[in-house]
Amino acid sequence: MIEALAFYMFACTAVASAVLVISARNPVHSVLFLILTFFNAAGLFVMLGAEFLAMILVVVYVGAVAVLFMFVVMMLDINFVELRQGFLQYLPIGALIGIILLVELLVLVGGWGMAPEAANSAGAPTPDIGVTTNTHALGEIVYTQYIYLFQAAGMILLVAMIGAIVLTHRQRVGVKKQNIGNQLARSANDVEVRKVEVGKGI
Amino acid sequence: MLDIGLAHYLSVAAVLFTLGIFGIFLNRKNVIIILMSVELMLLAVNINLVAFSAELSDLVGQVFAMFVLTVAAAEAAVGLAILVIFFRNRGTIAVEDINVMSG
Repeated sequence: MIEALAFYMFACTAVASAVLVISARNPVHSVLFLILTFFNAAGLFVMLGAEFLAMILVVVYVGAVAVLFMFVVMMLDINFVELRQGFLQYLPIGALIGIILLVELLVLVGGWGMAPEAANSAGAPTPDIGVTTNTHALGEIVYTQYIYLFQAAGMILLVAMIGAIVLTHRQRVGVKKQNIGNQLARSANDVEVRKVEVGKGI
Repeated sequence: MLDIGLAHYLSVAAVLFTLGIFGIFLNRKNVIIILMSVELMLLAVNINLVAFSAELSDLVGQVFAMFVLTVAAAEAAVGLAILVIFFRNRGTIAVEDINVMSG
């Protein structure tokens, strides 16, 4: 009973805030509703027994991705009213495709059953919650069985980081900056000592 | 109805995925909202993976969901970086203005 109540609370809030993400007038509100969606999805993950992923979802999505979106939305000086023109023009075709897809997916979910042998084919069976926690169990297989994939994921993040920095970095013209290399490369002969008369300047 | 099973989670994920696609159609001019819709779709995929992982009591699904999360974070970072330099060069982010490569 409590489980059903919690599930419907998380599910309804997640879906409602997802609707508001795509329909809010102000993109800042969209980002805030995206954060609410992520929080409720994290709640669903906790209900499924995936605590580690739930916390990662909050840390990575809410703490990093959503804040990044917020930065970009607020940093760029964009007329969002202009961008919303044609909103109603695309509504019918979008709704049509969305409803078709949703009906297809729900028919699939409704008429689908697990193969009987699927239950015994677990690649890494979840240990009992009384024996180890979810985080411990995940760590045990991520750092052993899936270590190469884990390293590859780290590599992807490194490439993305370097890519984002290289893309957005720019050399500004007309900005005076200290160049230590140039300073050290000067020889003593380049320096000239001049007497400056008082009140005249060079 | 009150007995929550796999189908309930799959339905929520299906609705979220559909909302993501609907969002792309609805906000065809605004790249930022399109990127947020893509994030919604990836979240729906993650819910599916975790739901099956719990149903089959197989941890591999959660490991895969973690990798999806990694790729989603990288995608958001690079996508927003491209958006920022595009805005710096053209002064707009409207989708119909993105036609330099005549694609």
